[in-house]
Amino acid sequence: MTDAAPSPLAAKARRVGALIRKESRQVLRDPSSFAIGVVLPLMLILLFGYAMSLDVKNVPIAVVLEDPSSQASEIAASFQMSSYFQTRVTRSMAEAQELMLSGQVQGIVRVPQDFARRSAQGDATVQILVNGIDGNTARIVEAYAEAAVAQAGARVDAEGAASPAAGGQAVVQSQLWFNSANDSRYFLVPGLIVLIITLIGAFMTSMVVAREWERGTFEALFVTPVRTDEILLGKTVPYLVLGMGGMLLCLAAAKFLFHVPIRGSVPILMGVSMLYLLVSVAMGLLISSGLKSQFLSSQVTLVVTFMPALMLSGFIYDLRSVPLAVRLISYLVPARYFVSLLQTLFLAGNVWSVIWPNAAVLAAVAIVLLAFTRRATRKSLG
Amino acid sequence: MLASLRRILALIRKEILAVLKDARTRNMLLLQPVLQCLLFGYAATLDLTNVPYAALDRDRSTASSALLAKLDGSGVFHRVANLTQAAQMKPLIDNQTALVVIQIDPNFQRQLSAGEQPAVQVITDGRNSNTAGAALGYVGAAVDSFNTDWRSDHGLPQPPVQVSARAWYNANLETRWNLIPALVGTITMMSTLMLAALSVAREREEGTFDQLLVTPFRPVEIMAGKAIPAMMIGTVQATNALLVAQLWFRIPFAGSYITLYVGLILFLLAAVGIGLFVSSIAATMQQAMLYAFVTIMPFALLSGLTTPISSMPAIMQDFTAINPLRYAIDLVHRVYLEGAGLDRLVSDLWPMAIIAAVTLSAAAWMFRNRLG
Repeated sequence: MTDAAPSPLAAKARRVGALIRKESRQVLRDPSSFAIGVVLPLMLILLFGYAMSLDVKNVPIAVVLEDPSSQASEIAASFQMSSYFQTRVTRSMAEAQELMLSGQVQGIVRVPQDFARRSAQGDATVQILVNGIDGNTARIVEAYAEAAVAQAGARVDAEGAASPAAGGQAVVQSQLWFNSANDSRYFLVPGLIVLIITLIGAFMTSMVVAREWERGTFEALFVTPVRTDEILLGKTVPYLVLGMGGMLLCLAAAKFLFHVPIRGSVPILMGVSMLYLLVSVAMGLLISSGLKSQFLSSQVTLVVTFMPALMLSGFIYDLRSVPLAVRLISYLVPARYFVSLLQTLFLAGNVWSVIWPNAAVLAAVAIVLLAFTRRATRKSLG
Repeated sequence: MLASLRRILALIRKEILAVLKDARTRNMLLLQPVLQCLLFGYAATLDLTNVPYAALDRDRSTASSALLAKLDGSGVFHRVANLTQAAQMKPLIDNQTALVVIQIDPNFQRQLSAGEQPAVQVITDGRNSNTAGAALGYVGAAVDSFNTDWRSDHGLPQPPVQVSARAWYNANLETRWNLIPALVGTITMMSTLMLAALSVAREREEGTFDQLLVTPFRPVEIMAGKAIPAMMIGTVQATNALLVAQLWFRIPFAGSYITLYVGLILFLLAAVGIGLFVSSIAATMQQAMLYAFVTIMPFALLSGLTTPISSMPAIMQDFTAINPLRYAIDLVHRVYLEGAGLDRLVSDLWPMAIIAAVTLSAAAWMFRNRLG
């Protein structure tokens, strides 16, 4: 130490520095921090990148061929060749129903006995039964089966009749903008960044601070010369660094492992992630200083931050289709704005009409939450 | 034997008091399943009810307006803009005003009348390719219905093969019918596993675990005393979630409650076993909670709750074999919606029994050896 009285600013910096050092050491020493700061993001990247896919593949179905004609076998063949299905061909409906009841197949395509005869007359029917429990898969099975049947029907028609049955109808030609390969990773991987930042920022912070409250070490900090702002700063900085680390990990995985395009600017991406991380850390701090119990704050943090980030952010489920009340609630979920930003910055580019409003909301929420946290922390001194 | 039973009962009573004496914890444990089911029951739907779309109708004919009228009348689409040139499309999609743009080329009606196949261009916002795919499916259905009308109005024959599709157990293919029963398992697992993981860690952190050891309790009795209260709370939570499913969402219950609860209890045993095992390796509450969380995440994501197991790569599908939640979700679905009996559920029951046996004995072994 020098003889000259240190300026107040330098003293402040030294106090904050000491707190940050203490907090960082605590994070580094505890193996559970490693679990949540490194293992969990890596695990989530692998799961979201490789395991989770909404694309339907290998759905087990049974095709019942009651008609031995070649037209009927053609329909069965089109299912057998498709990568969407794992097809079992049976001769009787009873057998197929037993497979469905025991959960071995998800759907039945039944080509009835009189199929060939009636398709010559132009009024044949193919019956499709799906297990509707997973409605999404069921719908895809239905749509695919209808297409396969229509194709086979068109062939039958071309061979048999002279009428221009295929003509005179509109056909859909689709273009999927921003994701022309229709790869579900394109939206799962950016969404993952939201989840990881939420976990590190909110979940971890709330646990750590709640523990300090539970053990009384937080109050002990108040009797030291450290001010409230400095305590908060000391608590925030290590988790900001950890959160940004997780974010960079995801970004690298997105770019090099999953080849998700990053069409917007990376500095803006980092900037808005920082904003959302700040919001998450503030939420974690606020919840833990309000509840002061580890179990309660961890559960409340999960329910208030993580679950909404997964379910109410527009990450997986489209928010335009939810009832008004839930849509109104979703406006209170900060993750919603971040998901919008990420999806746009990754896939669409720098669309300022999306970036400005969403970033402004995140910044405002961060300021409000930090102000609340400051009040909640100071009040308990009195 | 009787004395042992009395000791376990005393421990259960103490444990339940310890968890439920705090009003905030009590409320959270009981209300959380209800709130989550309500919220996610409304939020988590892959069915679209509101798709904003823009129309670029270059034909302006009776046929093109009939096609757009099909979309407008579907109750799903609402038109946010009528475009006149292709350049107007990009900003609408970019700033998410429209999810879909329908472009109808000039000569649409002329081509239809000539027996050709005019294309309807459908541009969708692929930022969430799942939503975009669903929207495309709805457009396809509207176009099909337009085609059927057009052909019957112009005396053209219908396609020679018709498809009659029917869905078992969930006739309208509502996502909610799939999701809420799955949440019964997921929510219960989250709380039960956490409670079990924390129960021992709390005693250890507060130093009361050593006191417990000098009492006449045997390690197995301590385990039972920790496991049963967590399972009781889990059962109450599952019941709450089931009540929401039936009384609020009115999802018809097809099976038997006895079957369902037999399955759930087996599932809770497995969840508690995992929780106690986590508890045995954690030194503090915080570690217990974080480890529990790191365990729950892959279980929840690889359970079939959000994405179908059949779409996962083979190695991940193999991993789901040790995931009790996967069996629980399948079991609740099949009892709740299909009305399956125990005989049809054997393939779900025995894996859960094995998981419970393995994790509970591993936890018991850890406790005995760590104490020894």
